This record gives sequence, C-alpha cells and structure tokens, in this order.
Amino acid sequence: MALPKYTEPHYRIWHYIYLTICGAVFFFLIAPLFVIFPLSFNAEEFLSFSDGMKRLDPDAFSLRWYKDMIYGTKNPWGLAAKNSFIIAIFATIGSVILGTVAALGLSSRHMPYKGLIMAVLISPMIVPLIISGVAIFFFMAKAGLAATHTGIVLAHIILGTPFVVITVTATLSGFDHSVTRAAASLGSDPVNTFMKITLPLILPGVISGGLFAFVTSFDEVVVVLFLAGLENTTIPIQMWTGLREQLSPTILAVATCLIILSTLILVTAELLRRRSERLRGINQ
Amino acid sequence: MSSETKQILTTDGIPLEVSLKKAERKNKIKAFLLVAPLLFFLIITYVFPIGDMLFRSVDDKMVTQMLPKTFKAMENWDGQELPEEEVFAAFHEDFIKLVEDKREGKLSTQLNYTKNGFKSIIKKLRRKSKSFEEGNYKEQIMSVHKRWADVEYWRAIQRRAPEFTGQKYLKGMDMYVNEEGKIVSVEEDRRIHRVLWLRTLEIAFFVTVFCFLMAYPIAHLLATLPMKYSNLLMICVLLPFWTSLLVRTASWMILLQQQGIVNDFFVGIGLVADDNRPEMMYNKTGSYVAMTQILLPFMVLPLYSVMKTISPSLMRAGKSLGGTPFVAFWKVYFPLTIPGIGAGCLLVFILAIGYYITPALVGGASGTLISNQIAFHMKSTLDWSFASAMGLMLLSGVLVIYWLYNKIVGIDNIKLG
Repeated sequence: MALPKYTEPHYRIWHYIYLTICGAVFFFLIAPLFVIFPLSFNAEEFLSFSDGMKRLDPDAFSLRWYKDMIYGTKNPWGLAAKNSFIIAIFATIGSVILGTVAALGLSSRHMPYKGLIMAVLISPMIVPLIISGVAIFFFMAKAGLAATHTGIVLAHIILGTPFVVITVTATLSGFDHSVTRAAASLGSDPVNTFMKITLPLILPGVISGGLFAFVTSFDEVVVVLFLAGLENTTIPIQMWTGLREQLSPTILAVATCLIILSTLILVTAELLRRRSERLRGINQ
Repeated sequence: MSSETKQILTTDGIPLEVSLKKAERKNKIKAFLLVAPLLFFLIITYVFPIGDMLFRSVDDKMVTQMLPKTFKAMENWDGQELPEEEVFAAFHEDFIKLVEDKREGKLSTQLNYTKNGFKSIIKKLRRKSKSFEEGNYKEQIMSVHKRWADVEYWRAIQRRAPEFTGQKYLKGMDMYVNEEGKIVSVEEDRRIHRVLWLRTLEIAFFVTVFCFLMAYPIAHLLATLPMKYSNLLMICVLLPFWTSLLVRTASWMILLQQQGIVNDFFVGIGLVADDNRPEMMYNKTGSYVAMTQILLPFMVLPLYSVMKTISPSLMRAGKSLGGTPFVAFWKVYFPLTIPGIGAGCLLVFILAIGYYITPALVGGASGTLISNQIAFHMKSTLDWSFASAMGLMLLSGVLVIYWLYNKIVGIDNIKLG
C-alpha cells in the first residue's frame, strides 16, 4: 500500500499510524499462539521462560513433556486422543450426510417454509452452548445415552450440522441446475445423478462443511462436560481439567500438537475455498 | 370468454393448471423429504429437550405428590391461624409414607428452598414420629419443635401445593414471593443473580466494542491490500479461528499469570514494580482480554466479506469531488460497511453473552458470567429446574438478538471463512 508521491504530510502520518494499529492488532491475534510453542520445550516444570531459555542455552530445552504426553503413566492423553478422533470422525460423517441432504432440499425453490426450517436447522449454532448442553443432557439422560460414545456422537452431530448446511447451501447457490436436468434427460436416475454430477460439483462445500463439523466436535467441551463419563474423556476435557487443576507443561505439548493440526485443517480449508470459488467462477 | 381461456388442456386432457399444481406439490414433497431426516432428528434431540427445559423450570409436582393428603386437607384452611387437627393428621400420614420410602430427605430439601429451617425440624420429626401415639397428632407434632407450632411454616408448606410455579424465574431475578403473596426483591447484599446478569451484559457489550474497534482497521487493510499480501495476513485471522478454544485460553493463562510474559514486560519497561505485579488473571481483566482475542475473528470475517465488495473507485470519486479522505471515508465508505458491522457485532455479542469456558478458566470470581452459574447449578447444586429457568431466560435474550440479526442481515447471509 504505497502512498502516492503527492500525499500531504499529515495524511502520510495518519497512514503510518493506521498501519501501526493494524500491525498491533495482528500481533495481538497471532502472538499468543506462538508463546505455547517454545514453552512446550521447557526443560523445567515452570510455565515461564527460564533464564537458560532466554540465553538460548540448549540444555534449557528438552522433549520431556512430549515424552510425558506419550508415555506418561498417569496421563490419559492416549485414551483421550483415541476417543476424540473416534467421536469426531463419526460425528463428521453423520453431520455431513444429514446436512448435505438437508441442504439439497433447502436449496430447491419448491421448498415450503424455507425461512422457518432454516432457522430451526441453524439454531444449534446460535443458541449458547451451555443451553444446548443442558438440553442435550436432559435428552441423553432420558434416552439412556449419557456417558456413552453414541450419546456424544449424536450431540456433536447436532452441533455440527448447521455448519454443513450453511457451507453446502452456499455452494449450491451458484449451482447450475440445468446440468442435473440434462443428466435426467439422458436417462440417469436421481441417485446416479447426485453421485455422478451434483456431488463432485459441490464436493468442496461438503468437505469444508465437514471440516467445520470435525473441528466443532474435536474442540467441543461444554456439552461433553455434561455428557462424558470417565471412559469417554476427550482431549478438550483433559485440557479443561488440566487447566483448572494445575498447569503442567504437558498441556503445552498437547496444545502444540493441536496448533499443528489446526494449521493443517486451515490449509486444507483454504485450498478448498479457492477451488470452490474457481469452480463457481468468482475468481477468474 | 374468460372461462374458455382458462381451460388449457395438457395432452392427457387434464387442465394445465391442475397438472402444474400437481407437479408443484410433488416437487414440494420431494424437497421436504430431503430436509425431513435432519429436521426430525433436531426436533427430537434438540427442540423437544429445550421444551423439556421449559417444563422442568416451572414444574413443582414433587412436593405436590409427596404430600397429597396434606394439600387436600389444607384446601379448607384459610392460612390465618394454625391448621386444624385434620391437616396435622393428613401430614402425619403422608410423612410416615415418605419415611417408609426413605424420601423425607428430599422433602426437607424442597421445603428448605421455600423457607429456611425445615431441614432440622423434619429430621427431628422423623426421629420422634416413631414413638407417636394414635390420635391428636396436632399436639404431638407441635411438641417436636416450636417451629412446627409456627403458622409461618405451615403457610410455607401450603405455598408448595400448586403443581407449577414461576418461582425459579423470580429467583433468577433475585425476587421471591413473600408471606403475603407479594413479589419482592431479596436484600441488597444477596442479589447475586442481578449482578451476574448485568456483568454478562457489560462484558458482552464491551467485548463487542473492543472487537469492533480492532477488527475494523485490519478488515479494511485485508480488503484493500493486493491478494498475495492479504492472503498471507489472512492466516493471522484464520489460524486462531481454527485453533482450539482451550489452546487459546491456555496461552492467555500463560501470558497473564503473575510471573507471566506480559507482567515481565511491564516490569521490564518500568511500568510496575517487580514486587507489585498486578493481578491480570482470575478477574474481569482476564475475561476481557481473552474473550476479545478469541472472538476477534468472528468480527473480522463478516466485515472483510462486506468490505471486499466495496469498489475502491467510490473512495476515489468521493475524494475527487472535493472531500478530504476523512470526509470521503465517513460519508461514502463507512455507510457501505454497516451491514458487515451489524453482522459482526451481533455475532460477537451472541457468542459473548453465552460464553462459559474462557470466563471459567481466566475469569476468577469477579469475571464469571451467567453461563457459569447455570453450569454450577447443573453440576454442583443439582438444582436442574433453576438451571433450566436461567438457561431459558438467557435463551430468550439471545432469540431477541437472533431475530434482530435476521431482520438486519438475514440468516442466509451468514458467511464462514
């Protein structure tokens, strides 16, 4: 953003103030994440930079907290990670199937009561999580599904579908419906048309909705706090307990792994978004 | 003439209008069938349970069912003086049955909600009632403890007769129904819930304002920079957005602790003395700082998507017509971004008002919000009906905002990433 040569001095100053403010805000946004990274390699049991770390002394850094995360006998991180992945994968599959099918119906121009139904389908995203947690807990307790994986998966499907519905509806808004009619006129049945024509075209939207659903489930703690028993502990629950009781650097090791995971998800989501924009002809 | 023009027939000989309507209905059913699985799934697992919360929050059948004969006998009692023997006999009968089922403890908890002092006298009554003789229960019960001879306590029992009650909602506003049946507020120093509601509103409001003030310049920068730079900077917004909430809260706990980096920095530049490090966590400051950073992406993204659509030539036109850059910004650019501002502010406000995890970890006692109180009653006191009532009060507030959001921005216009 180079300024033209003729810019008057006080606008020039104002412009640099503006850039400084922007820089400060970006710093505020991203810097806290990078604090975790070096501290997770701390050789000592403190959560602040030791003098050795400040001097970049190699002895002040170690992998002991990563070892503790993986091999630590008291640490339930292994079980938590397994549960988290199982729950998130099933919740994602459920959310994607239910959400995509519903989005197909919603983007039909024949859909009756579109606004009202959309409001109901999106509501789990808008209602504060604590209220969703209470309501879902009451349901799962009555259905006998509290403290089971099934119960948590169902709960995460509820929370994940709105994201799939939104992303897939958005993708379908630029969808040329004449291609499905063309397929039908050539003798394809609706299921075949969906699998061969519609799905490949809306796939970026479906996958990015799925990513949202996955992250929602993987990161969800409020509802799980109500539902989970000891056997169903997840990574967020373990982090929550750890952060409340004592902040051990092992948590920072886990947090570093989670940041790497979210970076991967971010890259995938960005690539998909660009691909879908290209397909829809927005970014020619 | 007109009736003849209407009668256009299809090749099957059916009037076109009828045939079209039929096709239309078929399409409608088809579309609805696609939505139906998710809709019914959500109605059963989500919408009904929220309705169940409503029911629980006003449900007061427990005591009604525990003391059926007593309440029947009380129907003729005017509540002025101590009830007749008939009521005492009925109460005794109900009570013996409760003791047999081992449920008298529940009764004492419930009655204690209505009036303090029931716990001990019910315990005493249980012990003494074993040696009660038949007949003249009024004398015998009254001799157990002087409170049993106090008409106030009998009135308190009578107040629990109705099957439904709004008292949990009143309690959520720090009000109650007093002995005369009037709605009054509790003493000033015990109004904890009002303090929490106000604090929730205050924190949600200021977090929204801070987010707006920070998000506006960077959204503008992202929207006006050339693609290759803005994509890079966009990562600064999207990476926190995709990172676990607990990870971000943990990083704030590290930064804000007393021996933490922020405090080290303040000491380093000489702002505070080393032995006088301010407490920045476990209070409101902690909630403000952490919530602002965590919710900031939700403000940046809607603002960015609106600013992206504003043509830069509009600002140039404004300037070329004689406006200073500030006037051009204020009169041309700013009004065009209002839809994005509305979307971002309402989104952040809705999220902030129901925040739970971050305030619970960094908020301490003075930085917790109404959600924390709901969780407390769900998990610790097990007063689920009260938790439901407060949850629904919060929900009705959110629904009003949701409705506004729909009016201003439209639900279909929510954009993610």
